Amino acid sequence: MKPAEVSTPSDTTVMVKRDFEASARLVWRAYTEPEIFTRWCSGPPWSMPVCEMDVRPGGKYTWRWRNDESGDEFGFCGEFREIEIDRKIVHTQAFDRGNMDLGMGEEGTVITVTFDEKEGVTTVVTLFEYSSKEDRDEALSTGMTDGMELSYSKLDEVLIGNGKL
Amino acid sequence: MEHLTQTFAALADPTRLGIVVHLARREATVSELVDKFDLTQPTITSHLKVLESVGLITRTRIGQSRPAQLAFERFNEITEWIGQVQDVWEGNYKRLDAVLSEMKRTEKKVKRKRKK
Repeated sequence: MKPAEVSTPSDTTVMVKRDFEASARLVWRAYTEPEIFTRWCSGPPWSMPVCEMDVRPGGKYTWRWRNDESGDEFGFCGEFREIEIDRKIVHTQAFDRGNMDLGMGEEGTVITVTFDEKEGVTTVVTLFEYSSKEDRDEALSTGMTDGMELSYSKLDEVLIGNGKL
Repeated sequence: MEHLTQTFAALADPTRLGIVVHLARREATVSELVDKFDLTQPTITSHLKVLESVGLITRTRIGQSRPAQLAFERFNEITEWIGQVQDVWEGNYKRLDAVLSEMKRTEKKVKRKRKK
């Protein structure tokens, strides 16, 4: 699969696009079932001790990560605004900096994830809408636009594992 | 960061992007760019000013002419930054690839069992 495409469609948004070789139904499950979500959204040294999601309009979620080596923690929480099964999730997101000194856009962010399946390949587009350009730039400058930063090291492992490095 | 946003804005113009692509091959004077892009001198000059203000090009002075060069260092900074943001996402997405292919396998097994 081609690597994720990251773009900035406007001053206050960031868009990330990626194709997956699976049906929209499976990708949807990977995004909405905590036991599956945890498996791909964390990797050593980061674990995900809290992953609660009430996936329905008005339902809340809490995600929390922990660095098992340093004990550092941070998280995100928010509310689902729109749910279209297998197609679309809209949720708000507030950053809980835990004990870490990270900038991640302090005001609320609205995130829209869409799943578009064509011939067995699902394109996932994630659009982050920040409340201001400053927040957007702050989130971008940390190199992480979601709870999805976790690890360059994990990426390296994956690449090495595949014999690509 | 501020700088980066302006840099992307500077590149989000077909003529300026064209100028950058041209300069990636070799430096050029305003009059060379005027010929190449079939635009007036003031237009080319104003595009060059935008590119210069975000550090994408530099201009030297040789007598009357001020050829423009691409600032390769600045370019490398940008590509490095994009690579970093991409890496972060790819880390998770590569894991998601693995999780999805496992889910597909499990699904097939379940189907086979049901058939039996």
